[in-house]
Amino acid sequence: MLSETLANGNWNLAFLVLFFPLAGLLFNLIAGKWLGEKVIGAVASLATGLSFVMALLMGTWLMQGGGEAVTVPLFDWFRAGSLHLGWTLRIDTLSVMMMLVVTGVGTLIHIYAIGYMHDDVRHQGDPGRFQRFFVFLNLFIFAMLILVSADSYLMMFVGWEGVGLCSYLLIGFWYEKGAEGTGNAKAAKKAFIVNRIGDFGLLLALFLLFGAFGTLNFDPIFKNAALASPAIILAATLLMLLGVAGKSAQLPLFVWLPDAMAGPTPVSALIHAATMVTAGVYLIARSAPLYELAPSAQLVATWLGAATALFAATIAIAQNDIKKVLAYSTISQLGFMVAAVGMGAMVAGLFHLVTHAFFKALLFLAAGSVIQGMERGLHEAAHHGGEYDEDVDPQDMRSMGGLRSRMGLTFWVYLIGALALAGIAPLAGFFSKDEILLDALHEQPGVFAVLLTAAFLTAFYMGRQVLLVFFGQPRSEAAAHATESPAVMTVPLVLLAAGSVLAGALNLPVEGLHWLTGWLEHSIAGAESLPFDWLVAVGSTLVALSGLAAAYFFYGKRQPLGRALADPLSSAGCWVYSAFQHKWWVDDIYRKWLVGPLRAMSEFLAATFDQQVIDGVPKLLGESVKDFAIWLSGLQNGLVRSYIMAVLGGLIFILAFLLFIMR
Amino acid sequence: MVNEFLPIGVLIILAVALAIVVPTLGYLFGPRRYVPAKSRPYESGMTPFGPGTRRVSVRYYMIAVLFILFDVEVVFFLPWAVVFKELGVPALIEMGLFALVVVVGLVYAWKKGALEWE
Amino acid sequence: MTLDFTPILPFMIVAGAALALLVLDLFWPVRLKWLTPLLAAASLLAALVVELGQANYLRAGLSNMVIIDNFSVFANAIFICSGIAAIALAYDYIQRTGINHGEYYVLMLFSISGMLLMSTAADLIIVFLALELLSVPLYVLTGFARPRLDSEEAALKYFLLGAFSSGVLLYGIALLYGATSYTSLHGILSAVSRGTADMPLVVVGAAFLLVGVAFKGGVVPFHMWAPDVYQGAPTSVTGFMSVGAKAAGFVALLRIFVVAFPPVAVELTSVMNFLASLTMLIGNIAAIGQRNIKRMLAYSGIAQAGYMLMAFVPFGNKAIINDSVASMIFYLAVYAIASFGAWAVVVAVEQAEGRGLDIDDYAGLGRRYPLLGVAMLIFMLSFIGLPPTLGFWGKFYLFRSVIEGNYIVLALVGMLASLISAYYYLRVVVMMFLHDGANITVRRNWLLSGLVGVSALAVLLLGLMPGPLFQMAADALLRL
Repeated sequence: MLSETLANGNWNLAFLVLFFPLAGLLFNLIAGKWLGEKVIGAVASLATGLSFVMALLMGTWLMQGGGEAVTVPLFDWFRAGSLHLGWTLRIDTLSVMMMLVVTGVGTLIHIYAIGYMHDDVRHQGDPGRFQRFFVFLNLFIFAMLILVSADSYLMMFVGWEGVGLCSYLLIGFWYEKGAEGTGNAKAAKKAFIVNRIGDFGLLLALFLLFGAFGTLNFDPIFKNAALASPAIILAATLLMLLGVAGKSAQLPLFVWLPDAMAGPTPVSALIHAATMVTAGVYLIARSAPLYELAPSAQLVATWLGAATALFAATIAIAQNDIKKVLAYSTISQLGFMVAAVGMGAMVAGLFHLVTHAFFKALLFLAAGSVIQGMERGLHEAAHHGGEYDEDVDPQDMRSMGGLRSRMGLTFWVYLIGALALAGIAPLAGFFSKDEILLDALHEQPGVFAVLLTAAFLTAFYMGRQVLLVFFGQPRSEAAAHATESPAVMTVPLVLLAAGSVLAGALNLPVEGLHWLTGWLEHSIAGAESLPFDWLVAVGSTLVALSGLAAAYFFYGKRQPLGRALADPLSSAGCWVYSAFQHKWWVDDIYRKWLVGPLRAMSEFLAATFDQQVIDGVPKLLGESVKDFAIWLSGLQNGLVRSYIMAVLGGLIFILAFLLFIMR
Repeated sequence: MVNEFLPIGVLIILAVALAIVVPTLGYLFGPRRYVPAKSRPYESGMTPFGPGTRRVSVRYYMIAVLFILFDVEVVFFLPWAVVFKELGVPALIEMGLFALVVVVGLVYAWKKGALEWE
Repeated sequence: MTLDFTPILPFMIVAGAALALLVLDLFWPVRLKWLTPLLAAASLLAALVVELGQANYLRAGLSNMVIIDNFSVFANAIFICSGIAAIALAYDYIQRTGINHGEYYVLMLFSISGMLLMSTAADLIIVFLALELLSVPLYVLTGFARPRLDSEEAALKYFLLGAFSSGVLLYGIALLYGATSYTSLHGILSAVSRGTADMPLVVVGAAFLLVGVAFKGGVVPFHMWAPDVYQGAPTSVTGFMSVGAKAAGFVALLRIFVVAFPPVAVELTSVMNFLASLTMLIGNIAAIGQRNIKRMLAYSGIAQAGYMLMAFVPFGNKAIINDSVASMIFYLAVYAIASFGAWAVVVAVEQAEGRGLDIDDYAGLGRRYPLLGVAMLIFMLSFIGLPPTLGFWGKFYLFRSVIEGNYIVLALVGMLASLISAYYYLRVVVMMFLHDGANITVRRNWLLSGLVGVSALAVLLLGLMPGPLFQMAADALLRL
């Protein structure tokens, strides 16, 4: 009975994919207070896991149905005039792929977080917040699933904003911590505000589309897109790019993502590496029919992505915070994806999205394991009364070193993730990055060159990171006493590592093995993969290997970095290195030229204009109304004769009006 | 039209004329001797002196109101009686209801002691 | 001539119950006094059942002097529910103020029976009769707190002014009869359409009628009795009066004008337009200057009358009149619910000897009695017309019908007036939550709490789902 229900595409059950995380979050929200950490974590993980199962089921149903998109209306949202909005799920191969990534990686991260947050809440000194974390995490999964299962731009926008909210809540999870007690809160605020700029663009794009098509549903828009004025399509796609730049941290709106590392590490892995930040890529892929019609927008997207990929990679090589390196690496990889989908190489971009989700989540989680290992080491060192240096920042790579022997498992999975990211065959990153480079070579040789450089830098900074963290001698007591993390954290790591190794098999560059291409061509018209090109493959591998070699040359043999000592590159590269280190001064430029003037203006508006002009006018009006009111009350003198006079006067006035004026 | 209202017109003219003529005649031909009692307002022989807010026993008022009330109510019986034969039983029932309301009022006034002088 | 009382059966039930209770209350001993309000409520419930049973039962009766249609059913349901709410409002109040006489409920029943008759009146004689039947008990009720001077003063004022306005109304009826030789609404209409009527006289008569009934509704400049009377009357009476009497006035006005006077709409529309604007503005502005909450609510009631009057403005426009009627009667229901809630709060807060009635006395109440405070907030928001309360939908439909009638300026004036009103409505809330002060102990009484709770929930829940109630209002068609 049950198996029958599940086997034949019973689309009435599709709502379950949204229902599970919602139920999980409500359960934890209401009952979490009385439950232990294990139960809360298990419920939240189970909710996400069940969603994953549901997504898998829907994938099989889709295959049975030949891959055709299915729409499942849930309920009417509202009707206002000609605008009728239904809440409808769109299940097609693209959305199922996204669901699988979100819930699959999400489940592993949930499980990992049970262990991670157990330590984290104690380290930060507020165990009560464990429950809140998982409520937010489930809320995020819920919102992200709304985003990817939307049947209209508006519903997608609801999810888009929902994940933005969760991102804000989770970046600021330890809102009272951070620099000067407001650092985390500021980081959260920054993420929110920068994203708002992007959302503004997206909203304008939606208004344009609604104005042109009278609806925001995908199907009618895509069907009629060719009939609409090209100018509107171009404007809408360009404005959409603004939204992409915000959510996927592209130039010039990328600045929020490095700061977002203030959130707990599972959050960085889930939201700011694997899922939410890829929403922009998803948006372009979903809107492919619109972008096809606007080559200029495609060009802009391509160059935007390529520039971001290179730009962020340069910054990543000069960072010392283990998570910051990964953050810039994420921005860089998102640049690869945006460049790919911008070129129209949708499959390559989405393929990279999937593989990246695996290895970047792996890297972040492993980094979290390293950080907690360091924290335990710190604690241990203090306990034994050894040289205790409380200035040690457990995230600073300069304090690490030699962790290979202390945290063996973490080292191995980290190495796998790093090699996958660097693009070493046959790990997952190799295949997906290779496909992007191949497409770039065919479409835009300039972009190819830029991306190849970025790939070199990627290998370099990953090599640097692995060498600094795991090799050489421990550079602090904490590193010397670090210990391996518990199984609840390492098991997800191993699973993700397996994924990072095997995910390349999703779209092997061999005729007949383009699984992902075949899967996605049901949702994206004209999805295709170029034939395998040995030249590109060997070339990119060589580039990656040379990057690793360069890293070894600088950081491997000599182990130069004490915490006080300068990076060997700083002497070699003078101001260029300084630019890398200071993130090309983008934050400073924004602060000086955008935030400063805005502040000054708003201060003027608030203190002078608003207080005196804007408030003055209503105040004046209000006072005069009040005076009039008091005068009116004076008329109410309590004497019946004056009241009767009023009635009589009114009557006479009306009669006079009727008899003399109307006639 | 005019003929129908002619008697009323004549009546009004006569009344007005009388009201004007009689005082005028008295004014012209009557002797004028002023004594204090004559310049007082006429109050049916009662002396209209004392404070204006002098208390009058509420019993006068009560009795008077009840008298007028029931008097006026009973007036309604007259037109009903004239057409009673034509209207028949329904009119009887309706008048019964009317009388019931009046009786309830009477019972209430009675029980409340409005009819007791002391 | 047949005798069929079914069209006025609810009226008969209520009036009969009033008569019976008047006598019974005299005879039963003190320990049975609680039976009077109980039986009064029971009779109202019975009347409500009968009334609702008459839905979609369209007919005229009693020599075509009364008519029932869904409009009268809807209006009467409001009146009867107001009566029940008023009993809940009064039960504790008249006990603690020492005016617990059975006549209170009897007079109220009489007044309600007058309202029930009013909404079914198809003849001006019945209109007059109903108006007096509903007013005279109210005069008495106003003076019910007898030894209290302001109560007596208010009663006398109300009586004098009421008598004067009744005179005006009667004069209007007489003029109309003189002009058309009919007193029935359809008769007047047919005389006017046939052209046998003396038109200037019809217009003047209609204007007199308008003034006479507008007095009851508290329309500026015939409103001046309202603040004094509202303040002086026992608060439970004020609550009843502010809903019942006003509603009855508007219901009568609506039927008279929509049925009989479309031919003179050209002239009267501008008068109504003017009166509505004046009422909204003066009512709202004068309310700002009030310190006593009863007076403030009195002016607020005047302002609300102005909003309702807006719905009359297009009364001659056959195309949208059904919308107007629906929106106005919907607004009436909305106003009734929020009013009773607000008055229940006022009754609960009022202390012995008329203390606790200044707005300043509400300082800090919201913090000490959060539920009461939130309820008051909901009522005030509803009066302003903010979502998610029911008041928002009331205003929404009202303004929509006004704009459909193409009276843009009037709608703008209405919105401006609503804006002004936010000031004094919110002042109460601000006082309750943001100020410290007065050490008022609120009486806890399950009837009052129930009334506050039910009203607040109704305002909120119906505010989230206004559809069914508005559908009922939309079905409450006037039979033309």
